[in-house]
Amino acid sequence: MDQQSTDTHVEKTSLIGRRIKKPDAPDKATGKTRYVNDLVLPQMLIGKILHAGRPHAEIVRIDVSAAEKLPGVHGVLTGKDVSGLKFGFVRDNVALKTKVRCEHDEVAAVAAETEEIAVEALRLIEIEYADLPGVFSPEDGREQDAPQIHDNFPENKSLHFEFEHGTLAAAEAASDLIVDNVFRVHHVTHCCMGTSCAIADFDSNGKLTIWSQTQYPYNYKMDLAPALGIHPGDIRVIQPPVGGAFGSKLDVYPFEPIAALLARKTGRPVKVMYSREEEFKSSPTRQAAVIHLRTGCTKDGTLTFRDADVLLDNGAYTSWGPTIPVVMMRTTSGHYRVPVVKFNAQAIYTNNPYAGSFRGYGNVQATFATAQQMDMLAERVAMDPLEFHLKNAQKSGETTPQKAYLRECALDECLRAAANACGYSEKQKRYALAREQQGRYKKGIGLASSIHNAGGAKIHKSDGCGTILKVDDYARVTVITGASEIGQGIDAVINLIVAEELGVPLEHVTIVNNDSDIAPWDVGVHASRTTFIAGNGARRAARQARQQILNAAARAFEMPAADLDLRAGFVVKDQCGTKLIKLEKLLRQMHFQTVPELVMVTDYYEPNSEPEGADHSSDHSAAYAHAVHIAEVTVDTYTGEVQVDKITSAQDVGRVINRMGLEAQTEGGIAIGLGYALSEEMRLEKGVLQNACFRDYKVLTAPEMPPLDLHFIESDCAEGPYGAKGVSELPTIVVAPAVVNAVYNATGIRFFDPPLTPEKVARAICEGRGESGRI
Amino acid sequence: MSLKTEISFTLNGRPITVEVPVTMKTLYLLRDVLDLKGTKYGCGEGECGACTIQLDGKTVNSCLMYAVDCDGREVVTIEGLKSATELHPMQQAFVDHGAVQCGFCTPGMIVQAVSLAQNNPELSVEEARRGLEGNICRCTGYAKVLDAVVAAAGPAD
Repeated sequence: MDQQSTDTHVEKTSLIGRRIKKPDAPDKATGKTRYVNDLVLPQMLIGKILHAGRPHAEIVRIDVSAAEKLPGVHGVLTGKDVSGLKFGFVRDNVALKTKVRCEHDEVAAVAAETEEIAVEALRLIEIEYADLPGVFSPEDGREQDAPQIHDNFPENKSLHFEFEHGTLAAAEAASDLIVDNVFRVHHVTHCCMGTSCAIADFDSNGKLTIWSQTQYPYNYKMDLAPALGIHPGDIRVIQPPVGGAFGSKLDVYPFEPIAALLARKTGRPVKVMYSREEEFKSSPTRQAAVIHLRTGCTKDGTLTFRDADVLLDNGAYTSWGPTIPVVMMRTTSGHYRVPVVKFNAQAIYTNNPYAGSFRGYGNVQATFATAQQMDMLAERVAMDPLEFHLKNAQKSGETTPQKAYLRECALDECLRAAANACGYSEKQKRYALAREQQGRYKKGIGLASSIHNAGGAKIHKSDGCGTILKVDDYARVTVITGASEIGQGIDAVINLIVAEELGVPLEHVTIVNNDSDIAPWDVGVHASRTTFIAGNGARRAARQARQQILNAAARAFEMPAADLDLRAGFVVKDQCGTKLIKLEKLLRQMHFQTVPELVMVTDYYEPNSEPEGADHSSDHSAAYAHAVHIAEVTVDTYTGEVQVDKITSAQDVGRVINRMGLEAQTEGGIAIGLGYALSEEMRLEKGVLQNACFRDYKVLTAPEMPPLDLHFIESDCAEGPYGAKGVSELPTIVVAPAVVNAVYNATGIRFFDPPLTPEKVARAICEGRGESGRI
Repeated sequence: MSLKTEISFTLNGRPITVEVPVTMKTLYLLRDVLDLKGTKYGCGEGECGACTIQLDGKTVNSCLMYAVDCDGREVVTIEGLKSATELHPMQQAFVDHGAVQCGFCTPGMIVQAVSLAQNNPELSVEEARRGLEGNICRCTGYAKVLDAVVAAAGPAD
């Protein structure tokens, strides 16, 4: 097993950095895991939703009488049943609509004994619409004569963000070179393999239990309550295993209050589960935006300023998507040493699907722009891009214009590690020279990097996580944590940390994190925060328990607690590893004595970061990290096909905790980023999705995944658990601009509008576009 | 309600007789009638592979196949791979190699992988890659899945 143990001694070993299996993997591999989608409750009804299927319309007449009369139907709801029950970030949404503002708008819902009956009931609902002219791009939404989508949001203006540091005019004047481009980043969606699903049930006291896929159970209660007109305290959230989330479950979506409203109306549990078509049409998107970015530098290659003007396609309602400028501006100001920054972002309501949070959260879009302009400027000043990046890379101890303090900064090491591993500089020059030669296939190499919060992000009043830990009479440990498991592997991380601290076998740790009535508060799984925040919480709780146990052992053996250790289920002498007592025996002695002592501790870990604040000038994360990706591609100049041959990645992870989970997060993150770069796109025509299926919406499959060469740089973060930083989002953020820079290196053509589909690339090659790209 | 018919087939090694609506797809026979929830609905259109089962030793998308077509055939689902006490070597390999994250695609992926390995004991990474083309995974980026499949398919150490 893990520990070297003899009969009398246990050597000191560590689990940190080892390869730990996910504790839930065996059940998932055998089909035993019960996802929400799999659950059936006694008396449960099936809820189905009628979507408008048109982007903008008044509902002139709605008649549900035939549906209500269908045998097996127990309840039908329309917009008039929920009037006033507004919810959402700016209270602009309601579970069922009286006016249609986007294609998937929910206009009626039924609860019936079977899905067949529910579907038939939807067919029996008569609706007459009066279509309205729509707004399908943020530019159009700003026009003076544009239709207004919400009465109380004049000029279709949703959220606005700005930040300024230094004097732009002076920085422009001091610049020898300025690049100025417009990037158009598109709508993509999460494509969770388990479609959206919720089961709602009210008990006889009026308390709601919702079996939910949410990744933020505590604020979820707060966000769900107004959609139902109940108190958040009267909601219990149970979180069965979830079939993927990636940020999509960081808000309340109408199907969830609809399930609850139907449950309340019928007095029975109601399950709503999306079809794949509904999932494509009705789940959130990554925020689409038009990014006008300018970056300047002097001729010696020193960055002088960045100026970003961003227009966001808000979609019909405001979820988390339009708040991404909070992250975009961090990239604009913090991606390399940028002394002067101006950032302005306006979200405009449209009749398109609306954006939520998606792994990378604005940084995918921002880095797509900033990392390309780094490449452009390097070429303009005739520097090796690596040298240009190194010249402008921050060092530990520097502070960004937004006051992010880079305590442990490993950007330099990441750049060198990635570049050395794949021979970047030599290839970059060679491929650029080969561009002019004849030949169908062109090779290219592209480097991109970014910065992201890696110690939480204090955008709420607290960025904390609660932990309760108990050790029972058999030395089995239960960790009750606020941190949700959405497949990302926090279960394995907490398992490892607690086993490390308490010297118990990994299999002796159980994690409970699926019931809001049991587990203590946590912000939610977002911002690459969970290993950092919940990991720290678990470690602190385990250390408390450890100290309590060691103190008891110290009394029992009349030795200083500092001379004792816990290893392999024993209390041992720290120096020599000599076993003193079996841990479970000591625990029983502690428990069943005259003054009984049970090992059960609590912890609330709040990172030492500052609230984001209205002026966006704060050290809002307890750590920041960088990643560098280098993409090597082959472009077929006849077909326009871009084949990614290899991705070399170097990321500052602080310290490796669970190596297997870290690799898995990195690989999966890169796959989502590659889809964004190359193939994924929601094709919207006047707000109506044209490709609501996996046939036409192309996510990466196994043959398209290139070989990966992963390098984990350990900067040893003082605040992180064992030195670790958050890791999940950077792999997704950095890959697309690396690919686009590589395609430029291969072809001499810049692309400002992902995805780089064969059609788009072939057309650009045919038309002989160049560095200025297509805009 | 639609017309029903009685079918008999072998399910995970045991004979079974069941009455099914003629319009019902095998996926719903397994999930809703026989309570085998390991086979997943991912798309209902044969595009994602989450519902993959073995039919007479070949993999099919159970969402596309009518339940009546199970009649007289041999069906193996994810639940049929494991013995009472031990995981199938392919299941164990997925666990050991970190090929499972959210796990929703995993049953279909494993059923497909077992088929690939049965048909080709010398399965290469490239063959595994192509063989898993019809199974979408959104979490793993396939790298660990391929490690697992090749490890389990290869000759035992």
